[in-house]
Amino acid sequence: MPELERHDVDVLIIGAGGSGLRAAIDASATGARTAVVCKSLLGKAHTVMAEGGVAAALGNVWPEDNWEVHFRDTMRGGKLLNNWRMAQLHAQEAPERVLELEEWGALFDRTPDGRILQRDFGGHRYARLAHVGDRTGLELLRTVQQRSVSLGVEVFMECKIIRLLHGPSGEVNGAVGLWRESGRFVVFSAKAVVLASGGIGKTWKFTSNSWESTGDGHALALWAGADLIDMEFVQFHPTGMVWPPSARGILVTEGVRGDGGVLRNSEGRRFMFDYIPDFYAKETADSEAEADQWYGNKRDFRRPPELLPRDEVARSINAEVKAGRGSPHGGVFLDIASRRSAEDIKRRLPSMYHQFKELADVDITSEPMEVGPTCHYVMGGVRVDGDTTASTVAGLYACGEVAGGMHGANRLGGNSLSDLLVFGQRAGRYAAEHALGIKGTTIVDEAQVDAVCNEALGCFSAEGENPYALHQDLQETMQALVGIIRTESELIQAKERLEGFAERAAAVSVEGHRQFNPGWHLALDLQSMLAVANCTTGSAIERKESRGGHTRDDYRESDPDHFGKVNMVSRLHDGVVEVSESPLPTMPEELQALFEEGH
Amino acid sequence: MASTTEQAAATTNEAAQSAAPRRSVTLRLWRGDADGGGLVDYEVPALEGEVVLDVVHRIQATSAPDLAVRWNCKAGKCGSCSAEINGKPRLMCMTRMSTLPQDEPITVSPMRTFPVIRDLVTDVSYNFTVAAAIPAFSPGPREADGTYRMAQVDIDRSQEFRKCIECFLCQNVCHVIRDHEDNKQYYAGPRFLARLAELEMHPLDNLDRRRYISEQMGIGLCNITKCCTEVCPESIHITDNAIIPLKERVVDARYDPVAWLGRKLLGRKPPKSATAVAAVAPLWRDRGAEHAGAGSKEA
Repeated sequence: MPELERHDVDVLIIGAGGSGLRAAIDASATGARTAVVCKSLLGKAHTVMAEGGVAAALGNVWPEDNWEVHFRDTMRGGKLLNNWRMAQLHAQEAPERVLELEEWGALFDRTPDGRILQRDFGGHRYARLAHVGDRTGLELLRTVQQRSVSLGVEVFMECKIIRLLHGPSGEVNGAVGLWRESGRFVVFSAKAVVLASGGIGKTWKFTSNSWESTGDGHALALWAGADLIDMEFVQFHPTGMVWPPSARGILVTEGVRGDGGVLRNSEGRRFMFDYIPDFYAKETADSEAEADQWYGNKRDFRRPPELLPRDEVARSINAEVKAGRGSPHGGVFLDIASRRSAEDIKRRLPSMYHQFKELADVDITSEPMEVGPTCHYVMGGVRVDGDTTASTVAGLYACGEVAGGMHGANRLGGNSLSDLLVFGQRAGRYAAEHALGIKGTTIVDEAQVDAVCNEALGCFSAEGENPYALHQDLQETMQALVGIIRTESELIQAKERLEGFAERAAAVSVEGHRQFNPGWHLALDLQSMLAVANCTTGSAIERKESRGGHTRDDYRESDPDHFGKVNMVSRLHDGVVEVSESPLPTMPEELQALFEEGH
Repeated sequence: MASTTEQAAATTNEAAQSAAPRRSVTLRLWRGDADGGGLVDYEVPALEGEVVLDVVHRIQATSAPDLAVRWNCKAGKCGSCSAEINGKPRLMCMTRMSTLPQDEPITVSPMRTFPVIRDLVTDVSYNFTVAAAIPAFSPGPREADGTYRMAQVDIDRSQEFRKCIECFLCQNVCHVIRDHEDNKQYYAGPRFLARLAELEMHPLDNLDRRRYISEQMGIGLCNITKCCTEVCPESIHITDNAIIPLKERVVDARYDPVAWLGRKLLGRKPPKSATAVAAVAPLWRDRGAEHAGAGSKEA
């Protein structure tokens, strides 16, 4: 092996989306030598795709709002499976994390008295989402990006981390990466590593996620010996584009429904009234007349059922399509054209107007959109300590989508951007604290480095198939067998296929040379995706109930007495993913009381 | 609005019509690296509703697995897939095949202003070097209640510039640097002039960057041909709303005789001149050598 490029840092952050850059800001503020590594260019992370807003109980539109209400909404949305401590810290700290963005130059839309405007979203009792039209994620990412750059944070762009390295007692002490541009390897030694790598959506066929969302962080943690939890909970956003085929899966923001858009089937019926679960019946309007009055008078009327949490809406759309009442291309209609003026739509939802006009040649101010569920977010992830974001392996931290627990069985819209700010900040701070407490030079194990590099180069001499074909088969399998509605027989079938895919992945061959070779990058990403697919499928088999983002056709009810009290833990044992149950942390009495007072 | 059922019928007809005979399209892609390259034709079946990036991906998945291309969101939000399509700077993900003439090859080549790395991927590090040289946002303290107050009307203009997805198509098309590589060391380019305008017009910002913009960011080199505005996928009025007002502000700061006289007589400082920026920020011109070479990975 020729001499490798090396970098020694205190804190290595993997991922330059909102959570990674937010972590970098606080890590570097402590004086720790901080570096960020990302697979794309800086500023392209999937955070830019977040549209609706960032949830924070600022109380600007509804003075009644406070962290306790936000906490309760988050826990109820997560079907009480959330790590209560994370949900508590998240609700408490989100307002300050948002205000701080203004100090760094963010420009949120304003209320008439000049404060941050907040919008309604599914599952949130009050209008709570600070936003900028429908491009809030871009605003947030740009703000932390510009802040990081002004602080001089070092960013290694277009570099994929292949494996983490570990020291003599199993602690994480570095990573091996690959420069996508040159195809050369790079070794990082680090006293702490923060995973901020985002989601896993590219494992499914129809997804709102970009090519980067291959579950790298989930897999790196698993391979490093860390626990993952809740991997069966995958959120299918109810409204993705279904037409044209190439745009299938691209997100249509929940903001369309928050601003008056309604869902209709092929008969023109607002079918969501047929799917209001008992759990939400008290606060949901049961007639169109009442629902329509809510937009103008939110105090005296109940919310339209289109704004139920995402899992409920996605399942309802799925059921309508299955019953033969779908739109021509297998979705349902999302209609805002008949409900708001063209001018209002263009002002409130400029990106959506643009997106449909450019990609589908549909004018959403005069025609309904066709929408259907799309794989959007994974609630599960690295098991972390709620306060510090420390994983179960020393030196390894995780924040944002790659961390598990915060959202329980289902995430509320708007809680992702706030999650990545709150826990990005905590990850940066605690990882730096850990790193600065370690004296001496970090020495990585060269045998591990050599093994990683050799394995990564294997596909150039292999004589198997093209990685694109295998990726496509994996996506088809996960879409068909581990999708929104699951059953035991299909899940077991998926598990068997995954074993076959693992063999094919080991023999994948790559053409061309090492410089900027997407086929090679995909071959490496496939290993992450297969690891994630195994965790999701294994956990989905074990959770024999329906809850949030996990719906079992063969166990349609929730089981509060058993499965409502456990997390599914995925762990690697002799190279194989094993799933086991672990008791849910118990919520303290003062927080439990919030659910009993009829808030 | 048409009823949803009418709409459904109309869409079905359209689908039926276009599902008819299968045709093929030819993409003429630039392939090569820093040492050189050329156009290569790829013929693939035409599918309905595709954008240029879809076809590039199909070529990658079938006949050219090592074809280098940047992309991320595929929805016009991240600005990664910039290229020149039939000679026009555009996002591949937002260019529908049906808008291009299908009976002749469609040429896709990398952005010309930046050095080629491989195939459609270019070295855009110049932009990150400029970004690092922008004097940071510098607000005053919060109000007593811990918040900032801003009226919507006062932030509309800066919000327009913050729509920027950093696709760098405006940088690519700007002839100040497209045809004159040497100018890169003296010139921030439209993207960053808009960023500077955003900061200068931000109601909370207290820094006066006007001298810096004139002396270090090369605003004088722009001769407002509006090429940048024409290619902006976010339809930001870069020239009219950012650069021209910024040019006026820069000129006002230096040459406005009334303001000069007022300052002399009343002993007042010019507005927004709390800090001398040139001393705060790294000197942009001195950083020229760094981005002249390819492959700098730090931002």
